[in-house]
Amino acid sequence: MMRRNWISFTSIARKEMIRIFRIWVQTLVPPVITITLYFIIFGGFIGSQIGAIGGYDYMAFIAPGLIMMSIITNSYSNTVSSFFSTKFQRNIEELLVSPTPNWVMVLGYISGGMTRGLCVGMLVSLVSLVFVRLPLFHVPFILLFALLTSFVFSLAGMINGIFARSFDDISIIPTFVITPLTYLGGVFYSISLLPEFWRDLSRINPVVYMISGFRYGFLGIADSNVWLGLGMLLLFSVVLFLFTLSLLKKGVGIRA
Amino acid sequence: MFALSIADLHKKYKGGFEALSGLSLDVQEGQFFGLLGPNGAGKTTTIGIITSLVTKTSGKIRVFGVDIDADFPAAKRLIGVVPQEFNFSIFEKVQDIVTQQAGYYGIPRREALRRSEKYLRKLGLWEKRNVAARELSGGMKRRLMIARGLVHDPKLLILDEPTAGVDVEMRRGMWDFLEEINREGRTIILTTHYLEEAEQLCNQIAIIARGKIVENTSKRELLRKLDKETFLFDTKNPVTEIMPLENVEFSLVDETTIKVTKNRTQSMNHIFIHLDSQNIVVDSMRNKSNRLEELFLEMVE
Ligand SMILES: Nc1ncnc2c1ncn2[C@@H]1O[C@H](COP(=O)(O)OP(=O)(O)OP(=O)(O)O)[C@@H](O)[C@H]1O
Ligand SMILES: [Mg+2]
Repeated sequence: MMRRNWISFTSIARKEMIRIFRIWVQTLVPPVITITLYFIIFGGFIGSQIGAIGGYDYMAFIAPGLIMMSIITNSYSNTVSSFFSTKFQRNIEELLVSPTPNWVMVLGYISGGMTRGLCVGMLVSLVSLVFVRLPLFHVPFILLFALLTSFVFSLAGMINGIFARSFDDISIIPTFVITPLTYLGGVFYSISLLPEFWRDLSRINPVVYMISGFRYGFLGIADSNVWLGLGMLLLFSVVLFLFTLSLLKKGVGIRA
Repeated sequence: MFALSIADLHKKYKGGFEALSGLSLDVQEGQFFGLLGPNGAGKTTTIGIITSLVTKTSGKIRVFGVDIDADFPAAKRLIGVVPQEFNFSIFEKVQDIVTQQAGYYGIPRREALRRSEKYLRKLGLWEKRNVAARELSGGMKRRLMIARGLVHDPKLLILDEPTAGVDVEMRRGMWDFLEEINREGRTIILTTHYLEEAEQLCNQIAIIARGKIVENTSKRELLRKLDKETFLFDTKNPVTEIMPLENVEFSLVDETTIKVTKNRTQSMNHIFIHLDSQNIVVDSMRNKSNRLEELFLEMVE
């Protein structure tokens, strides 16, 4: 039983990996170029005119944020586009008629999102080395925040893919929700520098905690309580995973 | 044991359309079962429910005794399905599609490669194994889906119009193949709009209309029910009128073609004598249509 599920999982995962690396020009290159431009423009040109934040120069401050941003967007967009196109081409039916349990199906797609999110994250980290030498304050924090954030946004992408009925639907959430939350999530500034109202408002943005916790792993400084952030990520992981399972069980978006 | 047993199946689609209204059906193990019915009768819906692509509103389904509500994964392992519409990724390679499917059934990769080779060879697709599926012809795509549906060696194979858009020669090849795997002991359920196909392959035929089974008997029994035959007579000279004859219907298709419908018990001689007496000379004659077709039209009306 477990062996069958494992083979089924690796079959899905394998297909996802092949997809990511086959169309690497679409999946891996663009995010790296975008983030490199951010490094050059914000870190280099603008950053040189901004003073240190929390004892680090601006380039070092934004680097973890930019890495996290790339993990978030790539985890999300991989599962949403992969799952939706599988649904759109109807080859999701190959999985549905098979005895593969729903949880294996979810983990299979999530593995694709995490692979892409973390690969791009690594590539961006390598690029960042060109611009700045990042300290490693607390490596377990770095890994935990990267993995859990990638997991959560892969799930979120899958949920978007489940509900989506058209290609428009798979760009609405990234444009109107994910991007604003990330840009306002303290990638480019410390929320402690914001006026009180905006600072309080930022505290209800979960991305703030993810970026902050990840940055803490490198620099040892944080805008927010990192343990609270970790707890939130664990909670999101469990809740979104169960929610995805319940959607598949009900057949939302995939069974007539 | 029944390979498939469906009891009082109902399906109401979102929007309220009732596609199935109390469909019941038993398929014996080892049978080659034909499911016939006009467009929109509910054939694909029924197959969709058996394979979990469509959720049922109510009813019971057992596959070799396994209730799908109790253990759907176990039932799914026993079923192979060849859908009506292409549903593989057109960008993937032929063999990858088949091995990938085997993976979803938990078949180890080495074994999956071996089986995909076996079935791709049998279905004449081995040369195309490294070609992206979109580059296959329509008939090849159908055969690819048959290979994919067999890769986990199901005891029950369900094919939804497998020969739609397949040329005559290839269709015969497919028939041979299906008969062979049926002889090996696999139960087959097939839907088709080609009655000739059902007549050739199936030993049991059910007709579905408006979401219900309206007929379910052996092919032989079904053909026996047919008591009328239709012929087309080509005449030497133009005909304008034919005198009526008891138990026979005449109608003019054009001025040198007569459509003749007669009771099976009625002799042909009788008709020829009748026509001869009116100086109508029959040059040649042919069967109007497949006999099943006639019956079919009668039943779904
Ligand atoms: N997803 C759906 N939502 C709503 N109605 C549907 C859906 N799928 C099928 N139907 C309706 O259900 C009825 C039965 O359709 P089905 O596809 O089962 O017919 P069929 O017997 O396979 O026909 P065909 O021979 O044309 O393939 C049709 O009236 C169809 O319009
Ligand atoms: Mg159909």
